[in-house]
Amino acid sequence: MEILQLLLSGLANGCVYGLIALGFVLIYKATEAVNFAQGDFMMLGAFVMIGLVNPQFMGLSFWLAVPLALLIMGALGYLFDITILRQLFGQNQIAIVILTIALGFVIRFVAGVIWGHEPLNLHSPLALGDVRFGEVVLSLADIAVIVVTVILTMLLWQFFQRTKLGLAMQAASQNQMAAYYMGIPVKRVQGAVWALAAAVACIAGILYASKGAVDVSAGFIGIKAFAAAVIGGFGSLPGALMGGLIVGVIEPFASRYLPPGYSQIAPYALLIIVLVFRPHGLFAQVRTKKV
Amino acid sequence: MPLTTAKPLSEAGDQTQALLEIRNLETFYGPIMAIRGVSLDVPEGKVVTVLGANGAGKTTLLKTISGIMDPEKGRIVFDGHEIQGREPHQIVRRGIVQVPEGREVFPLLTVDENLSLGAYTKSNRAEIAQARELVFSYFPILAERRQQEAGTLSGGQQQMLAIGRGLMLKPRIMLLDEPSLGLSPLLTQEIFEILRRLNQEAGMTMLVVEQNAAVALDLANHGYVMELGRIVMSDTAERLAASEDIQRFYLGHANEGARGERRWKKRKTWR
Repeated sequence: MEILQLLLSGLANGCVYGLIALGFVLIYKATEAVNFAQGDFMMLGAFVMIGLVNPQFMGLSFWLAVPLALLIMGALGYLFDITILRQLFGQNQIAIVILTIALGFVIRFVAGVIWGHEPLNLHSPLALGDVRFGEVVLSLADIAVIVVTVILTMLLWQFFQRTKLGLAMQAASQNQMAAYYMGIPVKRVQGAVWALAAAVACIAGILYASKGAVDVSAGFIGIKAFAAAVIGGFGSLPGALMGGLIVGVIEPFASRYLPPGYSQIAPYALLIIVLVFRPHGLFAQVRTKKV
Repeated sequence: MPLTTAKPLSEAGDQTQALLEIRNLETFYGPIMAIRGVSLDVPEGKVVTVLGANGAGKTTLLKTISGIMDPEKGRIVFDGHEIQGREPHQIVRRGIVQVPEGREVFPLLTVDENLSLGAYTKSNRAEIAQARELVFSYFPILAERRQQEAGTLSGGQQQMLAIGRGLMLKPRIMLLDEPSLGLSPLLTQEIFEILRRLNQEAGMTMLVVEQNAAVALDLANHGYVMELGRIVMSDTAERLAASEDIQRFYLGHANEGARGERRWKKRKTWR
């Protein structure tokens, strides 16, 4: 029973990591750049939601605020791409990576100015206490996180398989030049990918804030999510989610069965093991280029 | 007098205008001037070929037409409209499609999805379905492999998919970049036979860039020879195929007395 308990709470944490990792991979596949501000996008999404919902700020209804927050974050992601990143088009990838790290600092600073540096709770209808299944106690927020992640994953899958824009995103990431030849407006599609990644980060932020208090440094779990993306195989969307779940599940088990402190390094230890034995990650789509 | 003012119009109508006209085009590849003042015509319903060795600027020429690269100078006139310097997707919408060198399919998408992306700028479902049927009628193998990932197809099948994907646009002109690259002579014959049928049965206009002069001149109505960014020869395909220079440099029929170094004239050596 204890194992089931650890597994379920680990899965709930893992869903949040997985959604952030998904954002990493979406942007990496589309633009071949790693967005190190992805965790801070998550944090910003949570604070935008708090700003819309909590009574001391705007006090909107939760269900009205969700689409609003998604829209705001999506727009921010898109604007960031077209106003700043596009100016660096054709520059060294390192320049873009450094830029996203700087963006993370800016987001943390601005969020601190607007919402303060104290931890805040989101007034979420998802945070409504616990349910008991025999000996297993689960918070409703944890269940909501898992359910929402499953639904979101299915929606994203349908989006990539069935819609024209989703197909165009896949095409532009697999062969950018050929995408241009097909008349796909590649730069606009990349902007849409940034918007999508920011919106997914926003959902992760709402879920994270429903599970407990957030402060402006919450974005640093993005580093754990980055490890998750690498474990899953950078460049694979299902891999990112699975990597997130693996990291999420490993943590509670490590803190339960290993000496104190080991739970903090467990994800990174796993990262090193995976990199040694399967450098492409566990679920990578390995494609050898034929000559 | 309205009747007399009609005269200049009829004069303009007498001029036979090519579907694609390129005039004095200059394109830079970084600091290098890759296209040095090229002019050529592709009349509607005809096949025109551009021959030349590696680095002659053939691919750059096609990329400039497709809008992937912007020209420094010169005009590209398609169906009476200047299109130089436009965005690639605007040019595709006008009915110009490039079938890139080295096939360049979307490797992890299925054959069907690759074809759908060829019709990305189209939205009429009936028209897209009809185009797909046309593609399958020319390339039956693609119909058999509809659900297969494009990256797992053989080289020849990928080339067929690249051409079929271009056809999905129902283009007014196809720009083909070395369709024979990396294919066996037999497959090359097969692909060029299908291109001939496309031209004769569907009236498809084509601009074919090739190093394989024999098959290209066999297919084309008119040929240009490009060297170091310039057009150095232009004639009908039959006369080019018969010309001594072409035979020597591109068809490999060295005449008696040719010097030894001709034998290892640099052809395609990498990629």
